Amino acid sequence: MGEGIVLKYNVPGDDFTRAGEASGAVKSQLKQMQLSPDVVRRVAIAMYEGEINMVIHAEGGTIEVCITPEYIDMVLKDKGPGIPDVEKAMQAGYSTAPDNVRNLGFGAGMGLPNMKKYTDEMKVETTLGVGTTVTMRIYI
Amino acid sequence: MGKFYNSVKLNEELCAGCINCIKRCPTQAIRVRNGKAEIKKEFCIDCGECIRICTHHAKLPIYDPLSIMDNYEYTVALPAPSLYAQFNNLEDINIALTGLKLMGFNDVYEVSGAAEIVSEMTREYLEKNRDKYPIISSACPSVVRLIRVRFPNLIDHLLPIMAPVDLAAKLAREKAVAQTGLAPDKIGIIFISPCPAKVTAKREPLGIESSEIDGVLAIKDVYPALLRYMKEAQNDTQDLGISGKIGISWGYSGGESGGLITDDYLAADGIENVIRVLNDLEDQKFDNLKFIELNACSGGCVGGVLTVENPYVAKVKLQRLRKYMPVACNRPAKIGNFNISDAYWTDEVQYEPVFKIGNDMKDSIAKMTRVNELCEMFPKLDCGACGAPTCKALAEDIIRGVAKESDCIHILRKLYKEAVSDEG
Repeated sequence: MGEGIVLKYNVPGDDFTRAGEASGAVKSQLKQMQLSPDVVRRVAIAMYEGEINMVIHAEGGTIEVCITPEYIDMVLKDKGPGIPDVEKAMQAGYSTAPDNVRNLGFGAGMGLPNMKKYTDEMKVETTLGVGTTVTMRIYI
Repeated sequence: MGKFYNSVKLNEELCAGCINCIKRCPTQAIRVRNGKAEIKKEFCIDCGECIRICTHHAKLPIYDPLSIMDNYEYTVALPAPSLYAQFNNLEDINIALTGLKLMGFNDVYEVSGAAEIVSEMTREYLEKNRDKYPIISSACPSVVRLIRVRFPNLIDHLLPIMAPVDLAAKLAREKAVAQTGLAPDKIGIIFISPCPAKVTAKREPLGIESSEIDGVLAIKDVYPALLRYMKEAQNDTQDLGISGKIGISWGYSGGESGGLITDDYLAADGIENVIRVLNDLEDQKFDNLKFIELNACSGGCVGGVLTVENPYVAKVKLQRLRKYMPVACNRPAKIGNFNISDAYWTDEVQYEPVFKIGNDMKDSIAKMTRVNELCEMFPKLDCGACGAPTCKALAEDIIRGVAKESDCIHILRKLYKEAVSDEG
């Protein structure tokens, strides 16, 4: 990865009150760097959505963010149930979130679609019963 | 004066160099250096938290003395609605307004009157600018200053309409000129304010080129002086009030939103809560909101540092006062030479990236890497003994070249031990 800042976070799966902590920390760090406000906003939203997904569906996981002069990479890894139909999950409004989560205002089926919308590149690797890795890149 | 005027100053003699203010400051603008607190002008948003927390009373809000009235041939008092909330058992606002005249002002012009015009203009703006939802209130100068340094993505959401006090000042001057025939500069437009942030807004306004306010008095100074005249005012009360429920409600959090006649709003008060809302807003966590009202002080303007009464008690008093008032008494209209379209902002608010580290992305990465390394080295106690509020803030100061590693007493102790063992 060469010259760049690597930031690593553990996302706990059992504590909703902490969901968004990692993306919040990355956002505050990015805001202090010479980046356009729009890039900061896109990273913050994409990462927040991914982080929430990990909490809702996968009992947490890890996030690695790499900030380089050309791009920002985010790799979100979980050991959750995997996504049975990625294409469907990418559709706006499609959600498998349980009711208790929806009652909190999450699970609108916009997680993956928003992540795709706000990033330049996105890759979803998933194996049922093993877990999911989402890799996103935003060019600066 | 520059772009970053602050309305708080330090009384060096009283400052004990403790860590209370550096810990409380929401933008980490204060450092203790050489045993005294120093405010970094460009970081400060005039929220008044340091004035509240300072147990040594070393943080002084800046505002004008009552004697400023003597500088003008004709003076108009602009009472903020929060002024009325200071008195016990006030049944009629006109008693307070008449008292102001007995105190020496030639006329009064209620800020709440102008607020009702702003409310109606806001309703219209909301209808016409759905693409900008949610619109963020721009009446609290600290909130606008916070957004300009920390939330560049939200600047476009700011309501581009003058704060009620600025509109009131314009209208009051128009009225006074028409009534007296005096030159505008002979007339003193004097705001009776709940907070010193309005002093900054007067000197370095955002959104408008210049403010029509000539002086800012503290409610806490006016209140005891005015009290003496209110008995007399009770016997011969003049009908000076110009506002209704909507205008008076601007004095507390939720009041501005209430005047918009919509349920799709959010009202947050207290600077830490405001920051949380802005952060969430930036991450697009809210749907279907038209308006966001934000007040830096807990409870809204009644919680300003220049007020006397407990903000929550003050709110109850305002609610009682407005009970039998008409909903609103002021409508946007042409007044003298003043067109209501002049009440819109004329200047764009510019993002001021004061917290940035590094000159370009490469430089930022190198410097942030160093900040992160330093943070690893520090004990993460955030003890404040170095004069910075957190270990991270010290690391950033070091990178900015205004502090050194040995300012950390834990590092210093290590260095000292090493030096001693080298000698031994």
